[in-house]
Amino acid sequence: MPRWGMVIDLDKCFACQSCTAACRMENNTPPAGKDQAGMGRAILWNEVLPFVEGEYPNVKATMLPRPCMHCDNPACIKVCPVQATYKNEEGLVLVDYDRCIGCRMCTVACPYAVRYFNWFAPEWPEDLKAHLNPEPEVQPRPKGVVEKCTFCVQRLRKARETAEAEGRTFQATDYVPACVQTCTGHARYFGDLDDPDSLVSKLAHSPRAFRMFEELGTQPKVFYLKQG
Amino acid sequence: MEPKNHHLKAILAPVRKVSTGDYLLWGALLALLLAGAGAWTWQFIEGLGITGMNRPVYWGVYITNFVFFIGLAHSGTFISAILRIAGQSWRAPLTRAAEAITLFSLPFGAGSIIIDMGHPERIFNLLFYGRYQSPILWDVTAVSLYMLSSIVFFYLSLIPDIALCRDRLTDAPRWQRRMYELLALGWNHSPEQYQRLEKVLDGMAVFMTMLVVTVHTVVSWLFGMTVQPGWHTALIGPFFLLGAILSGTAAVVIVLALLRKVYKLEKVLHLGLFNSLRKLLITFVLGWLYMMIAEHLTIGYSSMTEEMVVLTDKFSGTYATIFWGMAALVFGIPLLVFLFKGRNNVGWMVFACVLVNLGMWLERYIVIIPTEVSPRMLTVMGQGSYLPALPEILITVACFAGMALLYAVFTRFFPIVPIWETAQELPGHAHAAQVSPAVTGD
Repeated sequence: MPRWGMVIDLDKCFACQSCTAACRMENNTPPAGKDQAGMGRAILWNEVLPFVEGEYPNVKATMLPRPCMHCDNPACIKVCPVQATYKNEEGLVLVDYDRCIGCRMCTVACPYAVRYFNWFAPEWPEDLKAHLNPEPEVQPRPKGVVEKCTFCVQRLRKARETAEAEGRTFQATDYVPACVQTCTGHARYFGDLDDPDSLVSKLAHSPRAFRMFEELGTQPKVFYLKQG
Repeated sequence: MEPKNHHLKAILAPVRKVSTGDYLLWGALLALLLAGAGAWTWQFIEGLGITGMNRPVYWGVYITNFVFFIGLAHSGTFISAILRIAGQSWRAPLTRAAEAITLFSLPFGAGSIIIDMGHPERIFNLLFYGRYQSPILWDVTAVSLYMLSSIVFFYLSLIPDIALCRDRLTDAPRWQRRMYELLALGWNHSPEQYQRLEKVLDGMAVFMTMLVVTVHTVVSWLFGMTVQPGWHTALIGPFFLLGAILSGTAAVVIVLALLRKVYKLEKVLHLGLFNSLRKLLITFVLGWLYMMIAEHLTIGYSSMTEEMVVLTDKFSGTYATIFWGMAALVFGIPLLVFLFKGRNNVGWMVFACVLVNLGMWLERYIVIIPTEVSPRMLTVMGQGSYLPALPEILITVACFAGMALLYAVFTRFFPIVPIWETAQELPGHAHAAQVSPAVTGD
C-alpha cells in the first residue's frame, strides 16, 4: 500500500498560483466573493502564502504553497468527536461530510490552518456552475461542515479504474493531484514515500528538505525544499 | 411530624402568590428568550456565516458562553456539596438558592455548544460514532453527567419541602396542588425518611465534588489539549476550575441579595451569610491572582516566539484594554471592596460580585479569542480579527434571560430556602438542626 506524499521545491515555485486555480476547479470549492474573503472566509484547499521575514531594507520573502500536510500524526483526527475526519490506509486525511457535526474543533486544533468551514451554503456564478467537476467525491459540500485538501482522492480512484480497465497493475506514478499536474514551474512532486526508489522519497531525504512545524510532532507528509 | 421552622411563614410567602409584576418580568424575559430562539433559527437556516466568526477565529462568543455558564454552575455544587462535606453548617439557608443557579445555568452552558454547531441536527452522531479521544466528547460526557446528578441532588433535597407545600398550600390552584402531591412522592416526614435522605445526600456530595472538579477541568481541555500558543498549558485546568468557583460564588451573592430584597427574606437570608461568602470570595480572588501570575510569568519569562505573540497581544496589543479591564473587574476593584467595604454591606458586596462576573465572562473571552487571532501560521496568514455579530449578541442575551426566567418562575412555585434544612427541629434528629446565628460583623 503506498503512503502518498508531496515535495514542493521552493526554488522552482514562482507563486503563479495556478495550483490554487487548478485545485478550485478540480475540487469544486466555491468562490467566496470579496466581502466574505475579506472576512477570511474564502475556501482555498491550496493557498500560496507570502512568508515575509525581516524589515526593509533587509527583507526576505518566501512564497509558500500550502496544501493539507496529510500528517501521519494529525492533530485534527484526535479531536474530532464523531470520527468524521480520518486517515485512510494510504495515509490520506479525509473528511466524511455526511457525518461532520460542524463543531470546528479540528479547525482550531490544526496548526497549519488547512481546514475550512462552510459558513454558508456554497454558491457559484452561472458560468462557473456549468463547469463543476461531476465526480462524486467532490460534490458541493453543504453549509456547516468542514472541508480540506484530499490530495484529489477522486483522481486516485480514477487512476485505479483506468489501470484496471487497461488490464495492468496500478503504479504509484499513475496518479498525481491537480496542483502537481498543473504546476507551471514543475515545483511539485508527488508519489509513494514508502518506495525508497521513488522521486518524492529521494527528495524528501535531500539535505534541503524540511517540514513545517517539525517540532510539533505531527509528521507531515508534505516536504519543502529550502530556497537558495 | 413536620419539621419545626420559625421562618416557615416567611419562606412560604413568595410561593403563595404570583403578582402582576411577576407576569411582566416573565413576559419580558420570555420575549428576550424568544428573540434568541429566533436568531438561532435564522442561523440554522442561513448558516454560521451570519455570526462574526471567521478563519482563523472559528470559535467566538458561543464557546465563551459555554465556558462561562458551566462555570456559573459551579456555585451550587460548591456550596451544597463541598461545603457539606466540610461540615460548614452556616451554608444551610443558601444551599437551594445556589443549587438553583447550577440547575438553571447548565442548560444554557450545554446549549451553547449545540448553538455553536454547524449541524446541530447531527448531535446524535456523538452517540453513534463517538471518538473518546476527542475533548469534545469528554465535555459532553462530563456535562451531561453533571446535569443529571445536579437534577437528582436538587430534587432529593427538595422533596421534604414539596411535601410541606402539599400540606400547607391548600388554597393553591388544583394543578399546583396536584403537582406537589406527585412530586412529594408520598413523603410523610418520618424520622427514618430524613435519616435516609441525609445519608444519600452525603454520599452524593462526595460524588458531586469529584464531578465538579472534573467538569471544568475537562472544559478547559477543549483548549489545553491543542498545541495552540496560549492554550497549551497544564495550568489551564485548575485555572478554569478556580475561575468557575469564583464566578459561581459571586453569582450566589447577587442572587441572595435579590431574593432577600424582593421576597423579604432578610431574616432568613441574614447578613451573616454575606460575611461568610465574603471571606470565601477574598480567598478565591487571591487564588485567581496567583494563577494569573503563575501562568503569565511562566510564558513571559521563557519567551517562546509563538507564545509571546499571544501574550504581547493581551498585555499591550489589540486585546490590552479587555485584558487589563478584566483584571480590574475580577481582581483589582472587587478585592478592595471585599476587604474594606463588603463587611455587613450587601450593596457593596453585590456591586463587587457583578464586577467579578462581568470580568469572568471577559476572562473566558480573552483566553479564547487572542489565541485564535494569532495562530501559529500568523507570519504567513496575517493576524485575524473577530467581533460578535447581532445573532451572537441576541443569543447571549437570551441565555442570560432564559436562566433568569427559570429562576424567577421556580421561586414562585417552590420555597427557595430549604425549610427542612434550616429547621430548628427535624424529625429523627436528636439535636436541633444547626442553624448559624445571624452573626453580624463576625
